[in-house]
Amino acid sequence: MSAAYRKTLLDPLFESNPIALQVLGICSALAVTSKMETALVMCVAVICVLALSNVSISLLRNFIPGNVRIIVQLTIIASLVIITDQVLKAYVYEISKQLSVFVGLIITNCIIMGRAEAYAMQNGPLDSLLDGLGNGLGYSTVLMLTAFFREVLAQGTVFGQVVLPKVSDGGWYNPNGILGIPAGAFFLIGFFIWALRVWKTDQIEAEG
Amino acid sequence: MRHSALYTILFSGAVCVVCAVLVSSSAVSLKEDQLRNAALDKQRNVLFAAGLADPAEKLDAEQVQRLFDNIRPVVIDLKSGEATDIDPTLFDQAKAARNANTSQEAPPNRASVQRLPNHALVYEVLEEGVPSLAVVPIEGYGLWSTLYGFLAVENDANTVRGITYYQHLETPGLGGEVDNPKWKAAWPGRKIYDESGVPALRVIKGAADPADQAPYEIDGLTGATITSNGVTAMIEFWLGDNGFRSYLTKLREGQSR
Repeated sequence: MSAAYRKTLLDPLFESNPIALQVLGICSALAVTSKMETALVMCVAVICVLALSNVSISLLRNFIPGNVRIIVQLTIIASLVIITDQVLKAYVYEISKQLSVFVGLIITNCIIMGRAEAYAMQNGPLDSLLDGLGNGLGYSTVLMLTAFFREVLAQGTVFGQVVLPKVSDGGWYNPNGILGIPAGAFFLIGFFIWALRVWKTDQIEAEG
Repeated sequence: MRHSALYTILFSGAVCVVCAVLVSSSAVSLKEDQLRNAALDKQRNVLFAAGLADPAEKLDAEQVQRLFDNIRPVVIDLKSGEATDIDPTLFDQAKAARNANTSQEAPPNRASVQRLPNHALVYEVLEEGVPSLAVVPIEGYGLWSTLYGFLAVENDANTVRGITYYQHLETPGLGGEVDNPKWKAAWPGRKIYDESGVPALRVIKGAADPADQAPYEIDGLTGATITSNGVTAMIEFWLGDNGFRSYLTKLREGQSR
């Protein structure tokens, strides 16, 4: 893989992470991260939709009339999201019930429209595929990290397996309630952004 | 890039057609799997309400089938409470409630039930051939949506065994807490009817005392007064005279005979 492709694919992980640097897609990052299992399915769904929408919009980029481009992008994204939702309902019904409205809300996930408009409209299909996968993985990194800390600290489990036995079940761990509710994810994402900016100081915005 | 108006219209039309074909073909080809999943999910929830399975465990289709060996689905006549010979595998209560021939307008009620079906599908849990529990469907409006669920009642026609909701669109974390195992755990052992035979079980504000001290009270859902009231209203309606009261009475009398 050439250096340019690798950069397109891997930069969104930490260099230009969609959640941490661009602060996009926060809504679902708060909503579906109370358990790692649901977060993982959400990540897979977002990666699929993002990669496919980037490729299809990139293939059509020279034909899409400029004045209706947003609506065309939205039509494509919405169709992909509906199909994803149907597939989840057919194969992982339980999890699709837990994700409830949030799969449908992938349509409004700013990362997807953002990448379509900012990248796929200007670049070829292969670059766009890598950009889609990369941003999907960047989103997933934050989601899975958040979900890991929320699940382990609020419920004492990792992927449903008990690691910290709770007091209520006869163990020693006193669960942290605030991480069980969506507001808890705000703190975690805040800490994540902070840590990332200590590590990569060029991400700090100029003051004033 | 500049394009003529005709081009724009044709292009948009073509995108719409392609997307529509993709969406509808996926919906049609996956429908069978989805319906099977939904049916299985409903059966699972019957088991959860009856306390025969733990929601934390994943039950596959085979395990559900095995547990259902002891469960008899019966289509009953709501008014008389008598069992009918309608085939429960072909009966769709939601469809029956929409059809004017098999339903009637519901009397005014706080659960916002619009149409009352003439028949209803209940599940009897058998113990040595005799029903020990009845799982009855309940539904009613919360804040955003209709909640669909099951209530399991013991054959004394008064004691709750459990409750579960299998479909609703209430706010996750607030009204959505009807799915919280801790909240559901407050139901078993509570009583439905007071001395005069009227449904008295209700969701209160704040925390309720244990079942033996406060048999008619259930913990409120914090921040979800309207959903809580919806739950109370659907208990009041579906266990009242228009709902399953005559069926439950028959069930109890069947025991004493």
